[in-house]
Amino acid sequence: MKEYVMGNGAIALGALAAGVNLAAGYPGTPSSEIIETISKYPHEGVHLEWSVNEKAAMEVAVAAAYSGARAMVTMKQMGLNVAADPLMSAAYVGVKGALVVVSADDPGPISSQTEQDTRRFADFARIPVFDPATPEEAFVMIQDAFDYSEKYGTPVIFRPTTRVCHAYAGIDVPDEFSPRPYEGFVKDSSKWVIFPRLSNANHAKIEKRNLEIADDFSSYAFNSVEGEGPFAIITSGVSYTYTKEYAEGLPEVKIIRVATAFPFPEKFMLEALDGVTDAICIEELSPYIEEQVLKLAGRHKLSVNISGKLNFLVPHNGENSADATAAVLGKYFGNPPAYTPGFSDAPSLPVRPPVLCAGCPHRASFYAVKQAMKGRKCVFCGDIGCYTLGNAMPLDMVDTCLCMGASITMAQGFSHTDKDTVCFGFTGDSTFFASGMTGVVNAVYNEADVTICVLDNSTTAMTGHQPHPGTGRNMMGNIVEKVDIAKVLEGMGVKKVVTVDPLDLDAAVAAVKECAALSGVKAIIFKSPCIAVVKSAKKCTVNDNCIGCKKCIRELGCPALTTQDGKVIIDSTLCTGCGLCSKVCPAGAIGGEGDE
Amino acid sequence: MNKDILICGVGGQGTVLASKILAGAALEEGNIVHSAETIGMAQRGGSVTSHVRIGDKARSPLIPFGKAELMLAFEPSEAVRNLNYLKPDSLAVVNTAPVKPVTESLAQTGYDGKEMTAYLKKKFRCIFIDSDAVCAPFGSTKFFNIIILGVAAGAGETGMSKETLLAQIDRRVPEKYREINRQAFLAGYEIGEKEKNLNENK
Repeated sequence: MKEYVMGNGAIALGALAAGVNLAAGYPGTPSSEIIETISKYPHEGVHLEWSVNEKAAMEVAVAAAYSGARAMVTMKQMGLNVAADPLMSAAYVGVKGALVVVSADDPGPISSQTEQDTRRFADFARIPVFDPATPEEAFVMIQDAFDYSEKYGTPVIFRPTTRVCHAYAGIDVPDEFSPRPYEGFVKDSSKWVIFPRLSNANHAKIEKRNLEIADDFSSYAFNSVEGEGPFAIITSGVSYTYTKEYAEGLPEVKIIRVATAFPFPEKFMLEALDGVTDAICIEELSPYIEEQVLKLAGRHKLSVNISGKLNFLVPHNGENSADATAAVLGKYFGNPPAYTPGFSDAPSLPVRPPVLCAGCPHRASFYAVKQAMKGRKCVFCGDIGCYTLGNAMPLDMVDTCLCMGASITMAQGFSHTDKDTVCFGFTGDSTFFASGMTGVVNAVYNEADVTICVLDNSTTAMTGHQPHPGTGRNMMGNIVEKVDIAKVLEGMGVKKVVTVDPLDLDAAVAAVKECAALSGVKAIIFKSPCIAVVKSAKKCTVNDNCIGCKKCIRELGCPALTTQDGKVIIDSTLCTGCGLCSKVCPAGAIGGEGDE
Repeated sequence: MNKDILICGVGGQGTVLASKILAGAALEEGNIVHSAETIGMAQRGGSVTSHVRIGDKARSPLIPFGKAELMLAFEPSEAVRNLNYLKPDSLAVVNTAPVKPVTESLAQTGYDGKEMTAYLKKKFRCIFIDSDAVCAPFGSTKFFNIIILGVAAGAGETGMSKETLLAQIDRRVPEKYREINRQAFLAGYEIGEKEKNLNENK
């Protein structure tokens, strides 16, 4: 049956069609919907989990693949950094079943910290990579990825990008799925225990094997050549679709598309470059294919001019689009696109940086810390999640943001170097489990002076509300015992742990003052559910007492608060009745409604 | 059918559902359909777009500039922000009610959307609707996404039948909200039909 699904859905359905036995991952835009889609389709016999982080997910999946099962692990590109340790070793050891590592890249970046290129990671780990251009291709290619993994006994990377993950298309979904039968783990310590001798021997084998895979890839259907002539566009991933959009109706341009960047299909490329004098590489993120083509041209002394990112004809940063690609290619081929934007006379547009939602409990948590620490020298270390948006004016409560879990450890670092500063680390509940916990032990052990603020909204909000160990639900659909963050903190040696409702502003401010006054490692758990998970029917309203001072707007920056004719009004479709503004109002002009 | 439709607005306005209904209906009517959405951090009060591409001529998930034949703008400044996508002589259905970003409320630049609608009028064929007014009978502006679909359909600009679109609404909306969403769509449809007749009689 044909269904209209997201690219990530197509990857999930392809994995089910390939008979996946185990799928594990950690949420991260643009990869999160893969695991979620599997959970929504019949998947009896498949073990499905949100792991606490990507490293855990990878190790769970590696074991499954050692058992002969077909395993998949999903993450975003930076998640692969976290999972790099097990992956690099697993690449040496190899697998018995299949291990497909889905690592979704995010050119732009749109929802990420870096513009790193997973194809380069595949090269670094010396394992194959597949790079789909559309959801339809992703559905087919993920199945190929399982087959290649099993055929060559190696982990395989599957690298979609945001515009593939979040594009929708009609996919023919099979009526039934059934997990593959597999043998189970067979002990063989000469094979499954990584030792220097094994690594040395396998290193040589892997490089020879990669030559075989490169040959195999040279006849892979998605590595394709269209058109003829001395001018070529070499492309990959979603950029292939932008290239096609541009080249429609242009004869005499050869389009060479590489869907398997590593091991590079050299024979395919040599044939494709036959008769080509000038080529331009259109790819996102790093100039990976461009470098491979240059290498190839050097070794084979081809007389072809190769352009791309390395000679700055194509931008290194940002995502491609149909228009950006047309502009670059138009300039290169001397036929600028027919369409030129003509709205330079448009009125200036309001800017819309992303902000915390109206009623978000994180706003209240940040505000409480800000109020409690007024006049004190502080550093506020942020982390990865919705609450990074606490950096926006007027809250301005995120001084640093580096990577998952860094809030706690960086606050610790500052406590050692800036001794006159009160150091705070803000971490979300899911981030706490993902990589915050080790930092807590580190802080306790190394005698740091930090206040850890766990912003516990009982979900993984930014990536679409996935459950985590603190929520009491897992992806097998089971109710499980909640892992109690306060107990975890106490167990790790944090002497003072306070749990407070951030919407109770006075209590929250008092808790911050109390903890900040103590030395050592202290923790405050600001507990209040995400407004998108626990819906509130409450609303706040402004009465005639409003003096138009706009203190509520200036202090809180809640998107539900705007002005009309000099007075504050509350957008009732956005307001959740959290009441924070009523506590800030000096005129007592804001009240609750429906608060029963 | 080959048709590119751009939906734009502010995160939280329900653009994604509108896009899914349009794409689902086009697929139901036997077309090849692709679409692309803004998901993730940008959703939190930021500018969002959905690109719905119907037909076998669409190669990429994003509509190239100057190709969209219909724009559904949930906010006046977002309509202006995305005008580059619209083909000359195409229709823009535009909500006149502004969403004021927090930055504007802080800086008090006086953004109220009026300058945007005046500009749009000069550049394109537009149907303006005020979400506050059209949503009043339904008790929440949350129904605007369905109403604007109705307007476009009523104006005969979606290229899809009323019935197919209603069937998609039934399929994608939770049962207890089905009837009110159907009513919202039909209310929009009536507005669209009126606008169409008005134009034809000009």
